[in-house]
Amino acid sequence: MKYVLLFVDTEEFARDLEAMGPAERDRAYQRVTEWMATHAGQIRGGNKLRSPETATTVRLDRGEPVVTDGPFIEGKEVVSGYTEIEVADLDEALRMVRTWPGCPIVEIRPLE
Amino acid sequence: MTEASHDQLANVVRQHAGQLATALMRVTGDFATAEDLVQDAVLAALQHWPAEGIPERPDAWLFTVARRRALDGFRRADNYRAKLAQLQWPVQPAEDERLRLIFTCCHPALPREAQIALTLRVVCGLTTAQIARAFLVHETTVARRITRAKRKITDAGIPYRVPDDDELAARLTEVLTVIYLLFNEGYLATAGPPASRDLAEDAEWLAGLLHQLMPAEPEVAGLLALIRLHRARAAARFGPDGGLVLLPDQDRSLWDREAIADAVRLLTRAARRQRPGPYQLQAAIVACHAEAESFGDTDWEQIVLLYDMLLHLAPSPVTRLHRAIAVRYATGARAAMAELDDLADSLGEYHLYHASRAELLRELGHPDQAHAADRRALELTTNPAEQAVLLQRLTWI
Repeated sequence: MKYVLLFVDTEEFARDLEAMGPAERDRAYQRVTEWMATHAGQIRGGNKLRSPETATTVRLDRGEPVVTDGPFIEGKEVVSGYTEIEVADLDEALRMVRTWPGCPIVEIRPLE
Repeated sequence: MTEASHDQLANVVRQHAGQLATALMRVTGDFATAEDLVQDAVLAALQHWPAEGIPERPDAWLFTVARRRALDGFRRADNYRAKLAQLQWPVQPAEDERLRLIFTCCHPALPREAQIALTLRVVCGLTTAQIARAFLVHETTVARRITRAKRKITDAGIPYRVPDDDELAARLTEVLTVIYLLFNEGYLATAGPPASRDLAEDAEWLAGLLHQLMPAEPEVAGLLALIRLHRARAAARFGPDGGLVLLPDQDRSLWDREAIADAVRLLTRAARRQRPGPYQLQAAIVACHAEAESFGDTDWEQIVLLYDMLLHLAPSPVTRLHRAIAVRYATGARAAMAELDDLADSLGEYHLYHASRAELLRELGHPDQAHAADRRALELTTNPAEQAVLLQRLTWI
C-alpha cells in the first residue's frame, strides 16, 4: 500500500532547532538523512516544504476564488514536509515512523 | 435441538462468532465483509434459536447462514461466489486464528470506542443493539462507529495478523486495556444487577480466550485472575434492597471461595514467570482482600507494598488514592490524610477522592468538614448505587 507521511513541526521543535549550535544541528540533519537512507527501499519520493509564511491559500467555495496569504489553517503545528512510501500495511508504516528522528508529529495517510 | 436460555444463547454465540469470522476472513480476505456476515448470522441465530432451540452443530448452522448471505450479496462478484460455493463446513484451520481477529479489532489506529464495539461484535458475537444497550448509547451511534472503523481497517491498510515480537508487548497492552475497560463498564461502573447483557461476563470470557491463546503471557493471566477475583465476590456487592454494599460491610460467606482459590492459583502460576505487570499486581491486591476471612484480617501492609510496586510500574493519581486508603488501615488516618492532601490538585474532580476524604475527616473528628466532602462527592458522581451510599451517609452520619 502507498501512504504519504506528513511531517508536522511544532513551535517548540522550531525553537529547539533554532537554539542548537551548528554542530548539533548538523547531527540532527544527519540523523534524518540516515533514516531516509535506511528506508530508501520504501520511499517513493517527497520533499521538504518551505516555511508556512511562504504559503498562499485559495478558497474556491465562496463564489469568486479568494486568495489569502498563509497556510489554510493558522496553527502552532504546521506541515513541513512529506514523503511517499510503499509498504505492506499500516503496521509497516508505523514501524518506520516510530524511528523517525525529525519533527515531533507525523501523520500517516493512505493514498487512493 | 435443545431449549435455549438467554445465557446458553450468549455462550454458544460467543463460542462460535469469532471462529466463524476467522473462517470467513480466509475466504473473503476482507475484514469488513467477514464482520458483516458474522453479524447477519448472529442476528439470524437470535431470531431462530430462542424458539427453535440451539441446533446440534451451531457452528455449521451459523456458517450456512453466513454463506447463503454471502452468495446473495456477491451475486456479481464471481470470484467470491465460486470460492464460497465450494466451501464446506468445517473450514477451520488447525490452529485458532482468533488472535489475529482480536489484534485487528484492538489496533491502536482505531479509536477506543470502536475497538470495544468491534471486539464485542466480531469476537463475542454481540449485536449492535446489545452493545448500544450495554453502553447506554443510541444504536445508530454504535453502528456508525463500527462502519467507520471497518472502513478505516480497509482503507488505511490495518493488517489482519498477530503483531511481530518487537511490537507484541505494546499491542497486547492495547488489547488488555480494551478487555479491562469492558470489565469496568460491566462490573464496577454499573449499578445493580445488569438489565441487559452482562459485559463483565464477556470480559471474563475474552480474557479467558486470550489466556488460552497466549498462555505464556503473565499479564493476560493477571487480568483474567483480576476479573475472576472480582466476580467471585459479586454476590455480596449488592444488598437485598439492591443497594451497593461496601467492602467492610460485605457478607463474606457469599463469596465464592473456590473461585477465589482458583484465581489465586492462576495468579501464582503467572507470577512464577517473574515478569510482573500492572494487572498481576492489581490482581494480587484484590487477592489480599479476597483471601481475608474478615475485613479486620486484611493484610494492609502487604497491600501498601503491592501499591508501591504498582505505582512504580504505572504511576497514577487514582492508584495513589487507593494506596492512601490502604495506608489508613496499615498506619492510620492521619498518615492517609497527608497523602490525600498531595492529591488535591489532580483528583479534585473525582468523587471517590472526596468520599475517601470524608471518611478520614470523620475518623479524625471533623464531622462538618466530612459532611461537606460527602456532599462534594455526591455532586460529582453519576452512578446511582454510589449516590445511594453517599446519600445514606449524609442523612445518617
